[in-house]
Amino acid sequence: MERNVVLSVRDLVVKFRVRNRELTAIRNVSFDLYEKETLAIVGESGSGKTVMTKTFTGMLESNGRIANGKILYEDRDLAAIKNNREWEKIRGPKIATVFQDPMSSLNPIRSIGSQITEVITKHQGKTQAEAKQIAIDLMDRVGIPNPADRFNEYPFQYSGGMRQRIVIAIALACRPNILICDEPTTALDVTIQAQILKLIKDLQEEFGFTTIYITHDLGVVANVAQRVAVMYAGQIVEVGTCEEIFYSPKHPYTWALLSSLPQLGIKGERLYSIPGTPPSLFNEIKGDAFAPRNPFAIGIDFEEEPPFFQITPTHMAKTWLLDPRAPKVEPPTAIHDLHGRIQMILKGEVK
Amino acid sequence: MDRDVILSVKNLEVSFPKGKDRFVAVRDANFDIYRGETFALVGESGSGKTTIGRSIIRINSTSKGTIEFDGKIINQKLTPEEDKWVIKNIQMIFQDPATSLNERATIDYIVSEGLVNFKMFENDADRRQKVLDALKEVGLLPEHVTRYPHEFSGGQRQRIGIARAMVMEPKLIIADEPISALDVSIRAQVLNLMKHLQEEKGLTYLFIAHDLSVVRFISDRIAVIHLGRIVELAPTEELFKNPLHPYTRSLLSAVPMPDPISEKAKELMVYQADLHDYQDDQPSFVEIKPGHFVWGSEAEIAEYRTRLK
Repeated sequence: MERNVVLSVRDLVVKFRVRNRELTAIRNVSFDLYEKETLAIVGESGSGKTVMTKTFTGMLESNGRIANGKILYEDRDLAAIKNNREWEKIRGPKIATVFQDPMSSLNPIRSIGSQITEVITKHQGKTQAEAKQIAIDLMDRVGIPNPADRFNEYPFQYSGGMRQRIVIAIALACRPNILICDEPTTALDVTIQAQILKLIKDLQEEFGFTTIYITHDLGVVANVAQRVAVMYAGQIVEVGTCEEIFYSPKHPYTWALLSSLPQLGIKGERLYSIPGTPPSLFNEIKGDAFAPRNPFAIGIDFEEEPPFFQITPTHMAKTWLLDPRAPKVEPPTAIHDLHGRIQMILKGEVK
Repeated sequence: MDRDVILSVKNLEVSFPKGKDRFVAVRDANFDIYRGETFALVGESGSGKTTIGRSIIRINSTSKGTIEFDGKIINQKLTPEEDKWVIKNIQMIFQDPATSLNERATIDYIVSEGLVNFKMFENDADRRQKVLDALKEVGLLPEHVTRYPHEFSGGQRQRIGIARAMVMEPKLIIADEPISALDVSIRAQVLNLMKHLQEEKGLTYLFIAHDLSVVRFISDRIAVIHLGRIVELAPTEELFKNPLHPYTRSLLSAVPMPDPISEKAKELMVYQADLHDYQDDQPSFVEIKPGHFVWGSEAEIAEYRTRLK
């Protein structure tokens, strides 16, 4: 199936200047984002998932810069935009972000209503009265009961889940066509999390935007994603459909990530844990960045960076293990039958 | 089977003043924790799970009921000796390893603070040895003693928090969301370590958490708490197999599992607290099956019983 690409990242390199040293946070990343899909980006903290998506809205910290590469969106290269005025035409109206902590993304001393209408009057040129009506409709749409009454309330009068609903309403006020959700539910309770995930899905169906989820919670990924990109040390190391990543992962890092999940643990057995720590991005990385922590690493992993190997038209992984000359290795037993194992757990059976 | 109870909580109520009124954070909590087991308290924010943990370690005072630890009621005025005994034997591991460690103190100071307060060493060489042993147990190195918390990663900091608790040789450890703030790849390490220490030292854990799917792996029994009330308590596998209370069921349905097939097919159950009709039929905490307790009215209990068949 041919799908329309809405955003295309090519050879992106992002560097940060920290204490007079240069750190490479994103190391040569390329990927396409398809229209109306939900792509989840997973990885440990420091793997670069947030940094990468910040480049799509020109929100890199001031010590960071795009050192190389293109971000193609609607016939223009976002990586080349330099001034903030240009960014304002993209950030908000075209690409919007929902951040992790709803308390710090809302202004505590302004009413909820004014924070939503501000976006509408600014970007859509509506009058105050029109904007208020649109805002109340939006509040209703994201599930705020009695929106007209709560329009003039302040963030502290809202619960965490309600605040996150408001942040979503603000993000959607300009009808963006890409919504970036950066750990949108990490600060929320599980039952509220489930409601917010469902809300974003429903809104996506209604408004037809494309969603990028950034999360480290593989349970959330399984729930929302159509495609998954796994990031490690500033690179995408595996990308595929949600089913491909969970049921037939190919990269040893994805294996390690899945097998260390406490959700899959069997009582009385030790959980798999990934030895070592991620490499320092201050240093030049030789070969495969995951090699020192990888029990399946082979000689070439320490010498040369692996290319992407295509497994199916939708699935590829950046590991030498997929080279025809590499020894055959089996993924860890813990993830052989992921679905069966989870079913067993949910039924309360031990073995 | 008669098991050895290490901690027994009876009719516990914890309340906080709220203007002229008072806010009851925990109401009528009843549970026993057996020696050597891991007992989990699971609930959402504001459910009172942390408050229970804090009242056991006596940070929060209680307004009703008793907390009995190793045969002694501890939520009352204690003699200085008893006080010391409780502090030494009940230790806590906190959620956020970055904020629960004194950032201006070295690891040596942090880990030995309890030892110094209780004079639990003969001489300085002995104290140092105890610190080194505790660090070794949690997988840290001797050279780490002179460093400061900011020089460690999140997982290592949590190990320091564990070492600080372990050095006191406690009987009971209250772990309040010990892995929630940690990265996915480090969670497994910390859980393995906690399990290992438990087997080695016969420790008892009270594990406070919000995520049922994680708790399942570590705990023997689980109590589900909602708005200050324990609504269901059962052995872990039993709770997953036969969740009875509608709140437990909604929690289970909300937990995201790393399995696209079941996640995408799942139906969300939203718990409505007003579905209960307690007008004439007063609810109570009933043992519906050996070891499986649930909060409900007589009519509800009857319904749960038919569901169990």
